[in-house]
Parts: sequence; C-alpha cells; structure tokens
Amino acid sequence: MAEVIDRHELWASLDMDLETHDVLCSVLPTAFGDTFLSQENRPEGMAFWDMVVADVHGIRPQELVDEQAKGRKVFGTFCTYVPDEVAIACNGIVTGLCGGSQFWVPEGEKYLPADMCPLIKASLGARLGKTCPFFRIADQIVGETTCDGKKKMYEIMAKDVPMHIMELPHQKRDKDVKYFADEIALFGKNVEEVTGVTLTEENLHAAIELINGRRKALARVYETRKNTDVIPISGTDALLMMQIAFFDDPARCTEMANKLADELEQRIADGVSVFPAGTKRILITGTPMAIPNWKLHHIVETSGAAIVCEENCTGTKFFTNLVDEGPTDFAGMYQALAERYMKINCTCFTPNEARIDEVIQLAKDYHVDGVINTNLKFCTTFKTEAPALEKALEDAGIPVLDIETDYTDNDAEQLRTRIGAFVEMLS
Amino acid sequence: MYRIGIDIGSTAAKAAVLDENNQLVYTVVMPTGFNGVEAAHRLADDLDAHGYDTNELPTVATGYGRVSVPYADKTITEITCHGMGADYLFGEDGLVIDVGGQDTKAILLADGKVKKFVMNDKCAAGTGKFLEVIADRMGVTQEELADLASQGEHTPISSMCTVFAESEVISLVGRGEPRENIANGVIESVVGRVASLTSSMASDQVFLTGGLCENDYVVGRLAHHLNRPVKTAPNARFAGAIGAALNAGN
Repeated sequence: MAEVIDRHELWASLDMDLETHDVLCSVLPTAFGDTFLSQENRPEGMAFWDMVVADVHGIRPQELVDEQAKGRKVFGTFCTYVPDEVAIACNGIVTGLCGGSQFWVPEGEKYLPADMCPLIKASLGARLGKTCPFFRIADQIVGETTCDGKKKMYEIMAKDVPMHIMELPHQKRDKDVKYFADEIALFGKNVEEVTGVTLTEENLHAAIELINGRRKALARVYETRKNTDVIPISGTDALLMMQIAFFDDPARCTEMANKLADELEQRIADGVSVFPAGTKRILITGTPMAIPNWKLHHIVETSGAAIVCEENCTGTKFFTNLVDEGPTDFAGMYQALAERYMKINCTCFTPNEARIDEVIQLAKDYHVDGVINTNLKFCTTFKTEAPALEKALEDAGIPVLDIETDYTDNDAEQLRTRIGAFVEMLS
Repeated sequence: MYRIGIDIGSTAAKAAVLDENNQLVYTVVMPTGFNGVEAAHRLADDLDAHGYDTNELPTVATGYGRVSVPYADKTITEITCHGMGADYLFGEDGLVIDVGGQDTKAILLADGKVKKFVMNDKCAAGTGKFLEVIADRMGVTQEELADLASQGEHTPISSMCTVFAESEVISLVGRGEPRENIANGVIESVVGRVASLTSSMASDQVFLTGGLCENDYVVGRLAHHLNRPVKTAPNARFAGAIGAALNAGN
C-alpha cells in the first residue's frame, strides 16, 4: 500500500481536535487490516477503495478543500432521501458525514440521551467533538425528517453549523409525493443561495443523468452478486464500495464501480469465486452501516457464510429505482425526483408493507439461504417493524435471524455464537 | 469407539462420552472458574483418568468457552449442540429451553434439527446469572432460593435489569418483606422473562435443559407461565455436551 501522507496540516486548518482525532487514526488501520486485508482472492478493483479508506480522512477531504478554494460549496448529508441532484446541478458537492464508529458516541452522549441510536449519537459527537473532517468542511448540513431522534439532534447541531432541513412525509399517498416535490424545489432555492449558482432546467437534468449513471453502475456490481455459481465479491468489500459512494465524486464513483463490475462479470465467466462452492448466501436487511461499521459483515463472513446483498441504505436502497429522465421542466423533474426518492422503503414510513415485499423479492433475486435482519440498538422504527418482516420471511420459507447491536465490540462473541448457529442451521 | 463432547459454559464445564452405540457412558461436571482453558484441562484429566483419552478420541467442543479446548477436533455452537442433545434425550420434536449461566436460549426442533432459535440480548434478565446474583445477595444457595419461593407469596420484582433488580430486592428487604415472598418474586421474574422470550415459538412440547432443569419448583413455575407441561430428563444439563459428542468423529 502507498505511503500515507501526513494530513495534520489539513486537519489543523479545519480547526479539528488533532489529539483526539489521532486516537481514531491510530486504530482505524488495524480495524481495516483485520477486516479487509485478511480476506482472500479479492477483486483487483478493490485497490481503489482500499486506497481511499487507508486515507479516509485525508484523500477526499483534501479534494473537497481544493474545490472549495475554487469557489464550490460542499453539502453534508446523512441520508438517502436528500436528492444529490439538486446540489450537483448548482456545481455543489455532496458528501456523507461521519457516524459509523463507537469512537464518536461518548461525545454525542454529552448532549443526547444514552438510549438513542448510536448513528445519531456518533453523528453529533463527530461534529461537536471536531473529529470528522467532512463535518468541518461542509458549508451546510442537509438534514431530513426521517426519525424523531435525528429531528431533535438537528436542533442541537444547528447551533453549531448552518443546516437546511427537508421535510419528508411519512406516508406515500400522491399528495405526499407532491409535497416532497415541493420540498425539493425549496431545497433548490436553498442550494442557489448557498452556491450563488442559478438552478436551471439544463443543469438539473444533467445532474439527474449523472446520478442515474451512478445508480446503474452500483446496480451492475450488485447484479453480479446474484450469480449462484460463483460469489465474485465478498459482502464486506461490496459494503465498503457502498459506504464510500456516499463520499466520492459521483463521476469517479460511477467509473470505478463500472470497472469493478467489468472485473466481476469476467470472474463469473471464468468461474472465480471468493468463497468455496456451497457457502451459505445471506441477505442483510435493516439499519444503515455507516463507515467504518463493518462489524456484522466481518463476523458473518468469518463464520462460514457469504453476504450477497444488503437491503440497507448503505445497500440497494441507495441505487434502486432511477429518476425518470423524461421530464425536462422544473415541475416535471421535481415530481420525478420525488417519485424516485419516495420509493425508498424506510421504516419511518407508515404503513411500510412495500419494504416487506421488497425484502422477499431480494431474497429470491439473490438466491439467499437466509436473511439476517439487523437494527442498531434503540432504532425504534426498525425494531418495531422487525417482527412483521421476520414473520413474512418465515411464511415465505426463508430462515431469518434477528440481530440487535451497536458499534461496540462487547457483544462480538455472543453475535459469533448466534450467527454461527444460524449458519449451522442452514447447513 | 468412544466419542467425547465438551461443553464449557460460563458457570459449569461439562463432558459427555458416547460409545459406538451412542449410549451415554460417562458424564462429568465441574465449575468453569476463571479460566476456560484450565477448565478444559481439568475435564481432560478427569476423562483420561476414567480411560477416555482426550488426545486419541474424537472430541467436539461447544459452549461459550468452546474455543478454549485445545484438544477438540472442531467447535460447534451451543445452539446446534443443545438442539441435538435435546433430540437425543427426549427423542421428539419440541421447544428446547436452556437457561444458562450467561444466556437463555430457546430452540425449536423440527425433524431433530434446529429450525429456529432465539437468545436473550446482552443482558442477564431471565438467565441463571440473575438467580445467582440475587441468591448471593440473600445469602442462600439457588436451591434454597427455590425452596423459599415455594413457601412465599408473590411479590413483583419489576426491574428487568439484574443490577436494578438487586437494588429492588435490597429495598424489599429494608421494607421488611419476608424472604420467602422476595424469593418467590425473583423466580417469577426469571420464569416470566423466559416465557416472553419464547412467545414467538409455538410448540406443544417443551423441554428444559441446562442447570435449572434439576430444580422441580422452577420447572413447575415455567410450565405454569407457558401453560404447557415442561419435560426434563436426568441428564438434561449435559444436553450441550451430548450434542457435541454426537458430532464428534463425523
């Protein structure tokens, strides 16, 4: 691996807490090495993502800072419901934010109840603790009203950083889609103010095409994971690709995912598999897995099973369904965007039966032997929906294991027992 | 040829030996203590002394300390082993409940195989640890706790958390509540928790394995809460070790 550049000057310029951040930097390489580099027969295309993650708080942040120097604005987002297209149309850059490690949780717990999901606590902790370059770089944070925990967290975060909050309806009637189309238009006004660039029908349509391209490229990678003869990529590697997709330049993400898909398609033609024949195939469903949360994937894939699909936001939810490229006027494009984003089946919606149908369809499409349905501790909506989802899977004859966990490692052995037993049960 | 199963639990370390006809010929149980590896060696010394050479005979390890058994040929999770052991002991399908020192498991058997299972989350509520902590606090053994409970009237212990439940017991003691009543509340708390853990697993037959199965009062209360008879067997605490032995040499 290439020598890692010292980024302390960059981090100091972002007014980060260097001493605390160094602690994180000192543990990440070990976590990454243990999880990724211990895998065998990885696709060569993963070298790109290895390079990015080896310098995850340096390589992309430096690019963002360089672009800001040229006058571009950076929008930080949490969630798959915020339409990247609008910010990109105005020459803005969209980046994901930190929130996937226990490292940030204690700082978040200074301001939030302990019985709140670790993703929310870590996000706030990363911002207020000044230990995440993406949170420091963002000119504006864009929130969305998905769950109650996030909504209340925004009120605290907004005292520290400019925020724009998009109202996401929690039902999927026509009037709700229309409402979200109006919210997207309002976000357009906000983006124009922040960037100083006028949103036009032309630049919005171009952005829709760009992001659709990214969706198609990521979907190509996933398509190869449906193959039953070989498993061309581990779930752990596919998850990393998805996690980085939230942070990367969309055009480069598309290019790299397409290159990886080329290689994986060739692996299928050549019969090259990461796992031995007969390895049990697992679909992961549930709450998002923000970088560097690789906990469940690592345990599953070192317990004799392979993950062949993730239904999470850091999975198919990110790229399933394209925005209709037909409309070219503002009203039509806002409606098309709203229709696409409102098809994401998050548990914050009620009712949410479409998610159950979608999970069963994924289980069939990816030919899985079992489903592991997971939720981050204290995620009320995912936890509450779990029994209905799990019953539907059982009724469809698909074995399912329920796992509730957080970012800490203290339940790793219990999880190993449960997941090991589940894999034994499938054999 | 003999086959050996080793089950290193958080509280007790068990071994079971099967002969070539799958007859159970030897069992031994001892406290796990602080060190799982050391417990595994103590079991090996005992087995060797009884003529079952752990270095020669096929051996499978299970339980929370399954990775601490250097002489095992392979490890299998306690879920699978308890399921197989229960199938061996009871000879019919049903719901297997194992109240262990660290966790409580419920395993649904179909055709002698694990069809579905649940375990308590990382929390001591509804486990043997809960009984151990409270019995210690009350200065009695777990057997004495059950004896006391059978003579008491129900006093609700509402805390799910073992640490908070201990505080709750202390305040009940301070209030002058008879120890029989407190003991009764403690057992009801564990049994109620176990019953709710298994609520999603329908089965007419219920089998209890693990350390608690030797306690008639607890078995009776569990049957009451589940509204179904609960069967147990003399060697039910060796279910995990028997299941491991059944897998040895395969």
